[in-house]
Amino acid sequence: MDMSETEEFKESPIIRDKKTALPLWTDQRPFQLRYYIPVKRIEEFFRGLEEGKILATQCKSCGQIFFPPQMDCPKCKSSDMKWIQLSDEAELVTYTIIRVKPKTFEHYNDYVIAVGRLLKEKINVFAWLKVDDPSKIRIGMKLKLIVTKREPENYLVYEFIPMKNNKS
Amino acid sequence: MRNVAIVGIGHSKFGRRLDVSLPELAWEAIREAIEDAGLDTKDIEFVSLANIGVWSSEVSPGSVIMEYAGLNPSETIRVETACASGSAAVKTAYMAVASGQADVAMALGIERMNEMTTPEVVEILARIGNYFWEFHNFGPTFVGYYALFATQYMHKYGATEEDLAKVAVKNHYYASYNPKAHFPKKITLEDALNSPYIAWPLKLYDCSPISDGAAAVILASEEVAKKITDSPVWIRAIEGATATSNHSKRENLLSIPSARIAAEKAYRRAKIDKEDPTKYLDLAEVHDCFTIAEIMAYEDLGFAKRGEGYKLIRDEQTYIGGKIPVNLSGGLKAKGHPIGATGVSMIVELTKQLQQRVEPQRQAPIEKGLALAHNVGGTGHYVFVSILSLEKPW
Repeated sequence: MDMSETEEFKESPIIRDKKTALPLWTDQRPFQLRYYIPVKRIEEFFRGLEEGKILATQCKSCGQIFFPPQMDCPKCKSSDMKWIQLSDEAELVTYTIIRVKPKTFEHYNDYVIAVGRLLKEKINVFAWLKVDDPSKIRIGMKLKLIVTKREPENYLVYEFIPMKNNKS
Repeated sequence: MRNVAIVGIGHSKFGRRLDVSLPELAWEAIREAIEDAGLDTKDIEFVSLANIGVWSSEVSPGSVIMEYAGLNPSETIRVETACASGSAAVKTAYMAVASGQADVAMALGIERMNEMTTPEVVEILARIGNYFWEFHNFGPTFVGYYALFATQYMHKYGATEEDLAKVAVKNHYYASYNPKAHFPKKITLEDALNSPYIAWPLKLYDCSPISDGAAAVILASEEVAKKITDSPVWIRAIEGATATSNHSKRENLLSIPSARIAAEKAYRRAKIDKEDPTKYLDLAEVHDCFTIAEIMAYEDLGFAKRGEGYKLIRDEQTYIGGKIPVNLSGGLKAKGHPIGATGVSMIVELTKQLQQRVEPQRQAPIEKGLALAHNVGGTGHYVFVSILSLEKPW
Protein backbone atom coordinates (compact mmCIF):
# COMPACT_ATOMS: atom_id res chain seq x y z
CA MET A 1 0.00 0.00 0.00
CA ASP A 2 1.31 3.38 -1.01
CA MET A 3 0.66 5.90 1.68
CA SER A 4 1.35 9.52 2.37
CA GLU A 5 1.28 11.35 5.65
CA THR A 6 -1.49 13.83 6.13
CA GLU A 7 -1.37 17.04 8.06
CA GLU A 8 -5.09 17.33 8.67
CA PHE A 9 -4.91 15.36 11.89
CA LYS A 10 -2.04 16.50 14.06
CA GLU A 11 -2.72 14.15 16.94
CA SER A 12 -4.09 11.03 15.25
CA PRO A 13 -2.08 8.53 13.16
CA ILE A 14 -4.30 8.96 10.11
CA ILE A 15 -2.61 8.77 6.72
CA ARG A 16 -4.01 8.95 3.20
CA ASP A 17 -3.79 6.21 0.59
CA LYS A 18 -1.85 7.65 -2.36
CA LYS A 19 -4.13 6.22 -5.05
CA THR A 20 -7.51 7.00 -3.55
CA ALA A 21 -6.75 9.66 -0.88
CA LEU A 22 -8.90 7.63 1.53
CA PRO A 23 -8.04 8.08 5.23
CA LEU A 24 -6.49 5.08 7.00
CA TRP A 25 -5.74 4.69 10.70
CA THR A 26 -2.19 3.42 11.23
CA ASP A 27 -2.20 0.55 13.73
CA GLN A 28 -0.17 1.62 16.81
CA ARG A 29 0.35 -1.93 18.10
CA PRO A 30 2.53 -3.64 15.47
CA PHE A 31 4.49 -6.76 16.47
CA GLN A 32 6.64 -9.39 14.85
CA LEU A 33 5.31 -12.92 14.35
CA ARG A 34 7.76 -15.65 15.37
CA TYR A 35 6.78 -19.23 16.09
CA TYR A 36 8.61 -21.81 18.20
CA ILE A 37 7.73 -25.12 16.56
CA PRO A 38 8.18 -28.48 18.40
CA VAL A 39 10.62 -30.84 16.61
CA LYS A 40 11.39 -33.28 19.42
CA ARG A 41 10.08 -36.33 17.58
CA ILE A 42 11.94 -35.51 14.35
CA GLU A 43 15.15 -34.25 15.93
CA GLU A 44 17.03 -37.01 14.09
CA PHE A 45 16.24 -35.32 10.78
CA PHE A 46 18.17 -32.21 11.80
CA ARG A 47 21.01 -34.32 13.19
CA GLY A 48 21.14 -35.99 9.77
CA LEU A 49 21.47 -32.64 7.99
CA GLU A 50 24.51 -31.83 10.17
CA GLU A 51 26.12 -35.04 8.87
CA GLY A 52 25.20 -34.17 5.28
CA LYS A 53 22.40 -36.75 5.13
CA ILE A 54 18.75 -36.26 4.19
CA LEU A 55 16.66 -38.61 6.30
CA ALA A 56 13.13 -39.91 5.91
CA THR A 57 11.13 -42.17 8.19
CA GLN A 58 9.86 -45.62 7.28
CA CYS A 59 7.08 -47.54 9.00
CA LYS A 60 8.51 -50.80 10.31
CA SER A 61 5.15 -52.47 9.89
CA CYS A 62 4.03 -51.54 6.33
CA GLY A 63 7.30 -50.18 4.91
CA GLN A 64 5.88 -46.85 3.79
CA ILE A 65 8.44 -44.07 3.47
CA PHE A 66 7.51 -40.63 4.78
CA PHE A 67 9.16 -37.48 3.49
CA PRO A 68 8.82 -34.95 5.02
CA PRO A 69 9.45 -37.31 7.93
CA GLN A 70 6.68 -38.14 10.38
CA MET A 71 6.69 -40.44 13.37
CA ASP A 72 3.16 -41.80 13.08
CA CYS A 73 1.89 -44.14 10.37
CA PRO A 74 -1.82 -43.37 9.92
CA LYS A 75 -2.40 -46.65 8.08
CA CYS A 76 -0.89 -48.97 10.72
CA LYS A 77 -1.63 -46.63 13.64
CA SER A 78 1.97 -47.42 14.57
CA SER A 79 4.67 -45.07 15.79
CA ASP A 80 7.39 -47.68 15.36
CA MET A 81 9.43 -46.00 12.64
CA LYS A 82 13.02 -46.26 11.48
CA TRP A 83 15.15 -43.49 10.00
CA ILE A 84 16.50 -44.11 6.50
CA GLN A 85 18.85 -42.04 4.39
CA LEU A 86 17.37 -40.90 1.07
CA SER A 87 19.27 -41.46 -2.17
CA ASP A 88 20.39 -38.33 -4.00
CA GLU A 89 19.53 -39.01 -7.65
CA ALA A 90 16.37 -37.39 -8.94
CA GLU A 91 14.56 -36.34 -12.08
CA LEU A 92 12.89 -32.95 -12.54
CA VAL A 93 9.08 -33.24 -12.52
CA THR A 94 8.13 -29.55 -12.65
CA TYR A 95 9.44 -26.11 -11.67
CA THR A 96 8.77 -22.39 -11.49
CA ILE A 97 10.85 -19.24 -11.16
CA ILE A 98 9.62 -16.97 -8.37
CA ARG A 99 9.87 -13.33 -9.43
CA VAL A 100 7.45 -11.60 -7.03
CA LYS A 101 8.43 -12.85 -3.59
CA PRO A 102 6.77 -13.06 -0.21
CA LYS A 103 7.87 -10.44 2.30
CA THR A 104 10.27 -12.74 4.17
CA PHE A 105 11.94 -13.87 0.91
CA GLU A 106 12.41 -10.43 -0.61
CA HIS A 107 16.14 -10.40 0.19
CA TYR A 108 16.87 -13.36 -2.14
CA ASN A 109 17.47 -13.19 -5.89
CA ASP A 110 14.78 -14.82 -8.05
CA TYR A 111 14.74 -18.50 -7.11
CA VAL A 112 13.66 -21.73 -8.80
CA ILE A 113 11.29 -24.04 -6.93
CA ALA A 114 11.22 -27.62 -8.21
CA VAL A 115 9.54 -30.92 -7.59
CA GLY A 116 12.02 -33.73 -8.18
CA ARG A 117 11.35 -37.45 -8.14
CA LEU A 118 13.92 -39.66 -6.37
CA LEU A 119 14.77 -42.44 -8.80
CA LYS A 120 15.31 -45.10 -6.13
CA GLU A 121 12.55 -44.44 -3.62
CA LYS A 122 10.04 -43.12 -6.19
CA ILE A 123 9.01 -40.30 -3.90
CA ASN A 124 8.91 -36.58 -4.69
CA VAL A 125 10.86 -33.82 -2.97
CA PHE A 126 9.87 -30.13 -3.05
CA ALA A 127 12.92 -27.85 -2.89
CA TRP A 128 14.90 -25.08 -4.56
CA LEU A 129 16.81 -25.98 -7.70
CA LYS A 130 20.09 -24.05 -7.75
CA VAL A 131 21.11 -23.21 -11.32
CA ASP A 132 23.17 -20.47 -12.92
CA ASP A 133 20.88 -20.14 -15.92
CA PRO A 134 17.19 -21.03 -15.48
CA SER A 135 16.66 -21.02 -19.26
CA LYS A 136 18.65 -24.28 -19.40
CA ILE A 137 16.24 -26.13 -17.11
CA ARG A 138 14.38 -28.99 -18.80
CA ILE A 139 11.67 -31.24 -17.38
CA GLY A 140 13.13 -34.72 -17.01
CA MET A 141 16.71 -33.48 -16.44
CA LYS A 142 18.73 -35.37 -13.83
CA LEU A 143 19.17 -33.68 -10.47
CA LYS A 144 21.20 -34.26 -7.35
CA LEU A 145 19.70 -33.69 -3.90
CA ILE A 146 22.20 -32.13 -1.51
CA VAL A 147 22.44 -30.56 1.93
CA THR A 148 23.39 -26.91 1.78
CA LYS A 149 23.63 -23.91 4.04
CA ARG A 150 20.96 -21.26 3.58
CA GLU A 151 22.42 -17.78 3.80
CA PRO A 152 22.11 -15.20 5.20
CA GLU A 153 20.03 -17.03 7.85
CA ASN A 154 22.80 -19.59 8.26
CA TYR A 155 20.88 -22.86 8.68
CA LEU A 156 21.01 -26.24 6.95
CA VAL A 157 18.45 -27.18 4.32
CA TYR A 158 18.25 -29.51 1.29
CA GLU A 159 18.14 -28.41 -2.34
CA PHE A 160 18.54 -29.75 -5.86
CA ILE A 161 21.44 -29.01 -8.18
CA PRO A 162 21.76 -30.24 -11.78
CA MET A 163 23.60 -33.58 -12.06
CA LYS A 164 26.93 -33.19 -13.87
CA ASN A 165 26.98 -34.59 -17.43
CA ASN A 166 23.30 -33.85 -17.84
CA LYS A 167 22.36 -34.92 -21.33
CA SER A 168 19.09 -32.99 -21.61
CA MET B 1 -32.60 -34.30 5.51
CA ARG B 2 -34.87 -31.38 4.62
CA ASN B 3 -34.82 -29.43 1.37
CA VAL B 4 -32.85 -26.18 1.62
CA ALA B 5 -33.70 -23.10 -0.44
CA ILE B 6 -31.73 -19.97 -1.17
CA VAL B 7 -34.15 -17.15 -0.36
CA GLY B 8 -31.90 -14.09 -0.30
CA ILE B 9 -28.56 -12.97 -1.74
CA GLY B 10 -26.29 -10.01 -1.07
CA HIS B 11 -22.97 -8.92 -2.56
CA SER B 12 -20.72 -5.95 -1.93
CA LYS B 13 -18.70 -4.29 -4.64
CA PHE B 14 -15.39 -6.18 -4.80
CA GLY B 15 -12.15 -4.19 -5.06
CA ARG B 16 -9.62 -2.27 -3.06
CA ARG B 17 -12.22 -1.16 -0.54
CA LEU B 18 -10.31 1.30 1.61
CA ASP B 19 -13.55 3.22 2.07
CA VAL B 20 -15.03 0.71 4.53
CA SER B 21 -13.98 -1.21 7.64
CA LEU B 22 -14.55 -4.95 8.10
CA PRO B 23 -18.01 -4.72 9.74
CA GLU B 24 -19.10 -1.94 7.36
CA LEU B 25 -18.17 -4.13 4.39
CA ALA B 26 -19.99 -7.13 5.89
CA TRP B 27 -23.09 -4.99 6.39
CA GLU B 28 -23.25 -4.16 2.66
CA ALA B 29 -23.77 -7.85 1.85
CA ILE B 30 -25.91 -8.66 4.90
CA ARG B 31 -28.33 -5.78 4.30
CA GLU B 32 -28.74 -6.63 0.63
CA ALA B 33 -29.38 -10.32 1.43
CA ILE B 34 -31.93 -9.55 4.15
CA GLU B 35 -33.77 -7.09 1.92
CA ASP B 36 -33.67 -9.55 -0.97
CA ALA B 37 -35.27 -12.19 1.24
CA GLY B 38 -37.81 -9.78 2.68
CA LEU B 39 -36.67 -10.72 6.17
CA ASP B 40 -35.30 -8.89 9.19
CA THR B 41 -32.03 -9.50 11.06
CA LYS B 42 -33.99 -11.03 13.96
CA ASP B 43 -35.21 -13.80 11.61
CA ILE B 44 -31.67 -15.10 11.07
CA GLU B 45 -31.22 -17.89 13.62
CA PHE B 46 -27.72 -18.94 12.66
CA VAL B 47 -24.76 -17.36 10.83
CA SER B 48 -21.80 -19.29 9.46
CA LEU B 49 -18.89 -16.97 8.78
CA ALA B 50 -16.01 -17.46 6.35
CA ASN B 51 -13.05 -15.18 6.97
CA ILE B 52 -9.33 -15.95 6.95
CA GLY B 53 -8.30 -12.72 8.60
CA VAL B 54 -4.63 -12.34 9.59
CA TRP B 55 -4.30 -9.50 7.05
CA SER B 56 -7.11 -7.68 8.84
CA SER B 57 -6.95 -6.49 12.41
CA GLU B 58 -9.90 -8.22 14.08
CA VAL B 59 -8.79 -11.59 15.47
CA SER B 60 -12.32 -12.84 16.11
CA PRO B 61 -14.40 -11.09 13.44
CA GLY B 62 -17.63 -13.01 14.16
CA SER B 63 -18.51 -11.07 17.25
CA VAL B 64 -17.62 -7.70 15.71
CA ILE B 65 -19.87 -8.36 12.70
CA MET B 66 -22.76 -9.86 14.71
CA GLU B 67 -22.88 -6.74 16.88
CA TYR B 68 -22.53 -4.24 14.03
CA ALA B 69 -25.23 -5.93 11.93
CA GLY B 70 -27.67 -6.24 14.81
CA LEU B 71 -27.52 -10.03 14.66
CA ASN B 72 -26.97 -10.61 18.40
CA PRO B 73 -27.97 -12.87 20.13
CA SER B 74 -28.14 -15.32 17.18
CA GLU B 75 -25.62 -18.13 17.02
CA THR B 76 -22.49 -17.92 14.83
CA ILE B 77 -19.63 -20.22 13.86
CA ARG B 78 -16.53 -19.22 11.88
CA VAL B 79 -15.21 -21.78 9.38
CA GLU B 80 -11.88 -22.04 7.56
CA THR B 81 -10.87 -24.03 4.47
CA ALA B 82 -8.49 -21.49 2.89
CA CYS B 83 -9.85 -20.06 -0.40
CA ALA B 84 -12.80 -22.48 -0.17
CA SER B 85 -13.92 -21.07 3.19
CA GLY B 86 -16.96 -19.45 1.58
CA SER B 87 -18.27 -22.83 0.44
CA ALA B 88 -17.58 -24.24 3.89
CA ALA B 89 -19.79 -21.46 5.29
CA VAL B 90 -22.55 -22.28 2.80
CA LYS B 91 -22.27 -25.97 3.66
CA THR B 92 -22.41 -25.24 7.40
CA ALA B 93 -25.55 -23.11 6.99
CA TYR B 94 -26.99 -25.77 4.65
CA MET B 95 -26.44 -28.47 7.28
CA ALA B 96 -28.06 -26.30 9.95
CA VAL B 97 -31.23 -25.96 7.87
CA ALA B 98 -31.24 -29.48 6.38
CA SER B 99 -30.90 -31.03 9.82
CA GLY B 100 -33.68 -28.94 11.33
CA GLN B 101 -31.34 -27.08 13.68
CA ALA B 102 -32.45 -23.80 12.12
CA ASP B 103 -35.23 -22.71 9.77
CA VAL B 104 -33.39 -19.63 8.52
CA ALA B 105 -29.59 -19.41 8.35
CA MET B 106 -27.09 -17.08 6.71
CA ALA B 107 -23.72 -17.88 5.18
CA LEU B 108 -21.49 -14.82 5.17
CA GLY B 109 -18.10 -14.60 3.49
CA ILE B 110 -15.90 -11.56 3.96
CA GLU B 111 -12.30 -10.56 3.51
CA ARG B 112 -10.52 -7.25 4.05
CA MET B 113 -7.16 -8.10 2.50
CA ASN B 114 -5.94 -4.56 1.91
CA GLU B 115 -5.38 -3.80 5.58
CA MET B 116 -1.72 -4.76 5.04
CA THR B 117 0.86 -4.07 2.32
CA THR B 118 0.96 -6.33 -0.76
CA PRO B 119 4.20 -8.22 0.10
CA GLU B 120 2.69 -9.04 3.50
CA VAL B 121 -0.54 -10.30 1.94
CA VAL B 122 1.49 -12.39 -0.54
CA GLU B 123 3.36 -13.80 2.47
CA ILE B 124 0.19 -14.77 4.36
CA LEU B 125 -1.42 -16.31 1.28
CA ALA B 126 1.72 -18.36 0.63
CA ARG B 127 1.66 -19.72 4.17
CA ILE B 128 -1.56 -21.58 3.24
CA GLY B 129 -0.46 -25.09 2.36
CA ASN B 130 2.38 -26.46 4.45
CA TYR B 131 4.17 -23.72 6.36
CA PHE B 132 6.95 -25.74 7.97
CA TRP B 133 8.08 -28.01 5.12
CA GLU B 134 7.32 -25.94 2.04
CA PHE B 135 6.97 -22.25 2.82
CA HIS B 136 9.55 -21.77 5.53
CA ASN B 137 12.49 -23.09 3.50
CA PHE B 138 11.47 -22.50 -0.10
CA GLY B 139 9.16 -19.47 -0.16
CA PRO B 140 6.62 -20.55 -2.76
CA THR B 141 3.95 -17.94 -3.46
CA PHE B 142 0.45 -19.02 -4.36
CA VAL B 143 1.04 -18.13 -7.95
CA GLY B 144 4.26 -20.15 -7.62
CA TYR B 145 2.31 -23.23 -6.55
CA TYR B 146 -0.03 -22.92 -9.53
CA ALA B 147 2.96 -22.23 -11.78
CA LEU B 148 4.25 -25.71 -10.85
CA PHE B 149 0.96 -27.08 -12.21
CA ALA B 150 1.14 -24.87 -15.31
CA THR B 151 4.70 -25.97 -16.15
CA GLN B 152 3.90 -29.65 -15.94
CA TYR B 153 0.53 -29.26 -17.71
CA MET B 154 1.93 -27.27 -20.64
CA HIS B 155 4.86 -29.65 -20.99
CA LYS B 156 2.67 -32.76 -21.03
CA TYR B 157 -0.32 -31.58 -23.05
CA GLY B 158 1.10 -28.82 -25.27
CA ALA B 159 -1.01 -25.95 -23.94
CA THR B 160 0.57 -22.51 -24.43
CA GLU B 161 0.83 -19.26 -22.53
CA GLU B 162 -1.62 -17.89 -25.11
CA ASP B 163 -4.21 -20.50 -24.11
CA LEU B 164 -3.88 -19.37 -20.50
CA ALA B 165 -4.20 -15.73 -21.53
CA LYS B 166 -7.47 -16.53 -23.31
CA VAL B 167 -9.02 -17.47 -19.96
CA ALA B 168 -8.12 -14.01 -18.63
CA VAL B 169 -9.54 -12.31 -21.73
CA LYS B 170 -12.87 -14.19 -21.37
CA ASN B 171 -13.22 -13.50 -17.67
CA HIS B 172 -12.40 -9.80 -18.05
CA TYR B 173 -14.91 -9.63 -20.91
CA TYR B 174 -17.74 -10.80 -18.65
CA ALA B 175 -16.50 -8.77 -15.67
CA SER B 176 -16.88 -5.67 -17.83
CA TYR B 177 -20.65 -6.19 -17.53
CA ASN B 178 -20.56 -6.91 -13.78
CA PRO B 179 -20.67 -3.64 -11.81
CA LYS B 180 -19.67 -5.49 -8.62
CA ALA B 181 -16.42 -6.76 -10.16
CA HIS B 182 -13.00 -5.59 -8.97
CA PHE B 183 -11.88 -5.04 -12.59
CA PRO B 184 -14.99 -4.34 -14.69
CA LYS B 185 -12.98 -3.80 -17.89
CA LYS B 186 -12.06 -5.75 -21.00
CA ILE B 187 -8.46 -6.66 -21.80
CA THR B 188 -6.82 -7.85 -25.01
CA LEU B 189 -4.78 -10.98 -25.58
CA GLU B 190 -1.73 -8.70 -26.03
CA ASP B 191 -2.34 -7.01 -22.67
CA ALA B 192 -2.28 -10.41 -21.02
CA LEU B 193 0.70 -11.78 -22.94
CA ASN B 194 2.77 -8.63 -22.41
CA SER B 195 2.27 -8.53 -18.66
CA PRO B 196 5.32 -9.35 -16.50
CA TYR B 197 6.05 -12.79 -15.07
CA ILE B 198 5.09 -13.18 -11.42
CA ALA B 199 6.12 -16.84 -11.17
CA TRP B 200 7.19 -18.22 -14.53
CA PRO B 201 5.26 -19.30 -16.61
CA LEU B 202 2.42 -17.32 -14.99
CA LYS B 203 2.17 -13.58 -15.56
CA LEU B 204 0.37 -10.74 -13.83
CA TYR B 205 -2.74 -11.22 -16.01
CA ASP B 206 -2.87 -14.92 -15.15
CA CYS B 207 -3.50 -13.97 -11.51
CA SER B 208 -6.57 -12.96 -9.55
CA PRO B 209 -6.17 -9.70 -7.62
CA ILE B 210 -5.96 -9.02 -3.89
CA SER B 211 -9.52 -7.94 -3.18
CA ASP B 212 -11.76 -6.80 -0.38
CA GLY B 213 -15.37 -7.91 -0.48
CA ALA B 214 -18.32 -9.59 1.17
CA ALA B 215 -21.14 -11.87 0.03
CA ALA B 216 -24.09 -13.36 1.87
CA VAL B 217 -26.78 -15.95 1.17
CA ILE B 218 -29.84 -16.66 3.29
CA LEU B 219 -30.97 -20.27 3.37
CA ALA B 220 -34.37 -21.45 4.55
CA SER B 221 -36.38 -24.61 5.04
CA GLU B 222 -38.99 -25.48 2.42
CA GLU B 223 -41.78 -24.39 4.74
CA VAL B 224 -40.29 -20.92 5.27
CA ALA B 225 -39.25 -20.58 1.62
CA LYS B 226 -42.82 -21.22 0.44
CA LYS B 227 -44.06 -18.33 2.57
CA ILE B 228 -41.51 -15.72 1.53
CA THR B 229 -40.61 -16.33 -2.11
CA ASP B 230 -42.05 -17.48 -5.42
CA SER B 231 -38.66 -18.12 -6.98
CA PRO B 232 -36.44 -20.10 -4.63
CA VAL B 233 -33.26 -21.70 -5.87
CA TRP B 234 -32.49 -25.03 -4.21
CA ILE B 235 -29.21 -26.50 -3.06
CA ARG B 236 -29.14 -29.86 -4.77
CA ALA B 237 -25.66 -30.88 -3.62
CA ILE B 238 -22.69 -29.38 -1.78
CA GLU B 239 -19.89 -31.90 -1.55
CA GLY B 240 -16.30 -31.56 -0.39
CA ALA B 241 -12.98 -33.40 -0.56
CA THR B 242 -9.35 -32.81 0.44
CA ALA B 243 -5.84 -33.47 -0.90
CA THR B 244 -2.35 -33.49 0.63
CA SER B 245 -0.86 -30.39 2.14
CA ASN B 246 2.64 -31.16 0.79
CA HIS B 247 2.81 -30.84 -3.00
CA SER B 248 5.52 -33.50 -3.05
CA LYS B 249 2.89 -36.02 -1.99
CA ARG B 250 0.60 -35.44 -4.99
CA GLU B 251 0.70 -38.08 -7.70
CA ASN B 252 1.23 -35.31 -10.28
CA LEU B 253 0.60 -31.59 -10.68
CA LEU B 254 -1.62 -31.89 -13.75
CA SER B 255 -4.97 -31.81 -12.06
CA ILE B 256 -6.58 -31.47 -8.63
CA PRO B 257 -7.60 -34.90 -7.33
CA SER B 258 -9.88 -33.55 -4.61
CA ALA B 259 -11.80 -31.54 -7.22
CA ARG B 260 -12.48 -34.71 -9.22
CA ILE B 261 -13.70 -36.51 -6.09
CA ALA B 262 -15.90 -33.60 -4.92
CA ALA B 263 -17.38 -33.35 -8.43
CA GLU B 264 -18.16 -37.07 -8.59
CA LYS B 265 -19.86 -36.92 -5.20
CA ALA B 266 -21.91 -33.86 -6.22
CA TYR B 267 -22.90 -35.41 -9.57
CA ARG B 268 -24.01 -38.60 -7.83
CA ARG B 269 -26.17 -36.68 -5.37
CA ALA B 270 -27.68 -34.49 -8.11
CA LYS B 271 -28.16 -37.49 -10.46
CA ILE B 272 -25.95 -35.96 -13.14
CA ASP B 273 -24.04 -38.28 -15.47
CA LYS B 274 -20.39 -37.61 -14.64
CA GLU B 275 -19.37 -38.64 -18.15
CA ASP B 276 -21.28 -35.75 -19.68
CA PRO B 277 -22.18 -33.13 -17.07
CA THR B 278 -22.38 -30.22 -19.54
CA LYS B 279 -25.58 -31.79 -20.92
CA TYR B 280 -27.26 -31.12 -17.57
CA LEU B 281 -25.82 -27.73 -16.61
CA ASP B 282 -26.70 -24.24 -17.85
CA LEU B 283 -23.47 -22.71 -16.55
CA ALA B 284 -20.66 -22.98 -14.01
CA GLU B 285 -18.61 -20.73 -11.77
CA VAL B 286 -15.15 -22.26 -11.32
CA HIS B 287 -12.18 -21.35 -9.14
CA ASP B 288 -9.92 -19.43 -11.54
CA CYS B 289 -7.55 -17.98 -8.94
CA PHE B 290 -5.00 -18.39 -11.76
CA THR B 291 -5.81 -19.06 -15.42
CA ILE B 292 -4.32 -22.58 -15.32
CA ALA B 293 -6.76 -23.37 -12.50
CA GLU B 294 -9.76 -22.72 -14.76
CA ILE B 295 -8.33 -25.03 -17.43
CA MET B 296 -7.72 -27.80 -14.89
CA ALA B 297 -11.26 -27.24 -13.54
CA TYR B 298 -12.72 -27.98 -16.99
CA GLU B 299 -11.07 -31.40 -16.80
CA ASP B 300 -11.62 -32.12 -13.12
CA LEU B 301 -15.34 -31.36 -13.54
CA GLY B 302 -15.62 -33.52 -16.66
CA PHE B 303 -16.35 -30.63 -19.07
CA ALA B 304 -13.32 -31.78 -21.11
CA LYS B 305 -11.23 -34.95 -21.29
CA ARG B 306 -7.94 -35.10 -19.38
CA GLY B 307 -5.34 -33.03 -21.21
CA GLU B 308 -7.91 -31.29 -23.41
CA GLY B 309 -9.17 -28.52 -21.13
CA TYR B 310 -7.14 -25.86 -22.92
CA LYS B 311 -8.93 -26.71 -26.17
CA LEU B 312 -12.24 -25.60 -24.63
CA ILE B 313 -10.97 -22.06 -24.14
CA ARG B 314 -9.02 -22.11 -27.41
CA ASP B 315 -12.33 -22.88 -29.19
CA GLU B 316 -14.26 -20.37 -27.06
CA GLN B 317 -16.53 -23.14 -25.76
CA THR B 318 -16.83 -21.56 -22.30
CA TYR B 319 -18.37 -18.32 -23.57
CA ILE B 320 -22.17 -17.95 -23.71
CA GLY B 321 -23.31 -20.05 -26.68
CA GLY B 322 -20.50 -22.58 -26.24
CA LYS B 323 -20.52 -26.05 -24.72
CA ILE B 324 -20.87 -24.58 -21.21
CA PRO B 325 -20.53 -20.92 -20.17
CA VAL B 326 -18.00 -20.55 -17.34
CA ASN B 327 -17.38 -17.60 -15.02
CA LEU B 328 -19.90 -15.15 -16.43
CA SER B 329 -19.35 -13.11 -13.26
CA GLY B 330 -15.78 -12.41 -14.36
CA GLY B 331 -14.45 -15.16 -12.12
CA LEU B 332 -11.89 -14.73 -9.41
CA LYS B 333 -9.62 -13.38 -12.13
CA ALA B 334 -11.60 -10.20 -12.81
CA LYS B 335 -14.51 -10.12 -10.37
CA GLY B 336 -11.89 -10.41 -7.61
CA HIS B 337 -10.96 -12.93 -4.94
CA PRO B 338 -11.61 -11.74 -1.39
CA ILE B 339 -10.66 -15.17 -0.02
CA GLY B 340 -13.48 -15.85 2.49
CA ALA B 341 -16.13 -14.22 0.29
CA THR B 342 -15.37 -16.13 -2.92
CA GLY B 343 -17.35 -19.34 -2.29
CA VAL B 344 -20.40 -17.39 -1.13
CA SER B 345 -20.07 -15.01 -4.09
CA MET B 346 -20.25 -18.00 -6.47
CA ILE B 347 -23.58 -19.08 -4.93
CA VAL B 348 -24.90 -15.50 -5.14
CA GLU B 349 -23.95 -15.34 -8.82
CA LEU B 350 -25.47 -18.72 -9.75
CA THR B 351 -28.71 -17.93 -7.87
CA LYS B 352 -29.02 -14.68 -9.82
CA GLN B 353 -28.19 -16.44 -13.08
CA LEU B 354 -30.81 -19.17 -12.51
CA GLN B 355 -33.38 -16.48 -11.64
CA GLN B 356 -32.34 -14.63 -14.82
CA ARG B 357 -31.65 -11.36 -13.10
CA VAL B 358 -28.03 -10.60 -14.04
CA GLU B 359 -26.97 -7.95 -16.56
CA PRO B 360 -28.27 -9.05 -20.01
CA GLN B 361 -24.81 -9.16 -21.66
CA ARG B 362 -23.69 -11.86 -19.24
CA GLN B 363 -26.94 -13.75 -18.62
CA ALA B 364 -26.66 -17.44 -19.52
CA PRO B 365 -29.66 -18.97 -21.27
CA ILE B 366 -31.44 -20.94 -18.53
CA GLU B 367 -32.93 -24.07 -20.06
CA LYS B 368 -32.06 -26.93 -17.74
CA GLY B 369 -32.25 -25.10 -14.44
CA LEU B 370 -29.01 -26.49 -13.02
CA ALA B 371 -25.77 -24.63 -12.26
CA LEU B 372 -22.45 -25.66 -10.70
CA ALA B 373 -19.94 -23.94 -8.39
CA HIS B 374 -16.37 -25.23 -7.98
CA ASN B 375 -14.44 -23.65 -5.10
CA VAL B 376 -10.86 -24.66 -4.36
CA GLY B 377 -8.95 -23.98 -1.15
CA GLY B 378 -5.18 -23.84 -1.60
CA THR B 379 -4.29 -25.97 -4.60
CA GLY B 380 -6.99 -28.51 -3.80
CA HIS B 381 -6.12 -28.86 -0.14
CA TYR B 382 -9.89 -28.38 0.21
CA VAL B 383 -12.49 -28.43 -2.58
CA PHE B 384 -16.26 -28.00 -2.63
CA VAL B 385 -18.51 -28.60 -5.63
CA SER B 386 -22.08 -27.33 -5.29
CA ILE B 387 -25.05 -27.79 -7.58
CA LEU B 388 -28.00 -25.43 -7.50
CA SER B 389 -31.35 -26.14 -9.15
CA LEU B 390 -34.62 -24.41 -9.95
CA GLU B 391 -36.44 -27.65 -9.30
CA LYS B 392 -36.97 -28.87 -5.75
CA PRO B 393 -34.52 -31.72 -5.04
CA TRP B 394 -37.02 -34.18 -3.54
